[in-house]
Amino acid sequence: MVQRVAGVLLALVAATSPIVAFQQPTAPEGFVQVNEVPASERLPAAPFLISAYAFFLVLMIGYIWSVARRLDKVQREMSDLQRSQRGSPS
Amino acid sequence: MNKYFTPLAVVAAAMFAYAPVAIIGAPYESTMLLVQKIFYFHFSTWMALTAAIVVCGAASAVYLFRGNPRADHYAVAGAELAVIFGAFGLVSGSIWGRKAWGVWWQWEPRLTMALLLELVFIGYLLVRRYVGPGSEKLAAAMGIFGAATAPFVYKSVDWWRTIHPQTTVMKTLGARSPGMWGVVWFCTVAFLLLFVLLLALRVRLEEQRVELDRLYLEAEG
Repeated sequence: MVQRVAGVLLALVAATSPIVAFQQPTAPEGFVQVNEVPASERLPAAPFLISAYAFFLVLMIGYIWSVARRLDKVQREMSDLQRSQRGSPS
Repeated sequence: MNKYFTPLAVVAAAMFAYAPVAIIGAPYESTMLLVQKIFYFHFSTWMALTAAIVVCGAASAVYLFRGNPRADHYAVAGAELAVIFGAFGLVSGSIWGRKAWGVWWQWEPRLTMALLLELVFIGYLLVRRYVGPGSEKLAAAMGIFGAATAPFVYKSVDWWRTIHPQTTVMKTLGARSPGMWGVVWFCTVAFLLLFVLLLALRVRLEEQRVELDRLYLEAEG
């Protein structure tokens, strides 16, 4: 009796094990850690470096131009005012 | 304009022309490699920002408590330069972060506080521009407030540990990599020189503007 039950169990394991072995693994839930990022996923550094320095250059040129323009406008307005004061009868 | 302005401008231009050569020649950092080279201008711009904030805060205090109108010119100039250098500091840090951390922005203490500091000085300029008579004193109070906030921004990386490097990076850099250390200080001196020149230019603009207002008042009276 015991031998018959053991034989049936053995046959059951032998029959089902290939089904289990060839089953697709279930997709893991959430994020999975990898130890190394593939080369295709890595960002090249040069564009970042160039854009940082280019931004500084544009910002400084823009700011110096803005101050020079404002200074020029104020000085022009001052000389216009002084000229009109000299021209007006006292 | 001061007689030293042109020679100093020439020196600053030469330093900025040589800075990329020095940065390219500096050693690479082992983990970040090429993108770490943003650090040379990133650190230097924060030094110039600090100088701008100190000038704005001190001049605001002098104007508010002693009523010195010349101090007000320095306060406005300092606030405007704080916004300019702060903008570059935030943008260069963000570009660095995109490569080094994988994100453009992180709401962590240092970045958030630096952004708030920038907003305080933008607020200062908006008050000066749109509030009208009496805005000088309100803006001066904002300048003092902004300057008082700056040390907290500096120490935030030590108090709350997140992804931003700590202030100890600079302490250990000199011993570990003298090649990097020299370039950092070369760029810092160049930025501080640029700050002094821009401050002189901006103060000159403010003086001329006040003089123009005086002439208008004289013409009307």
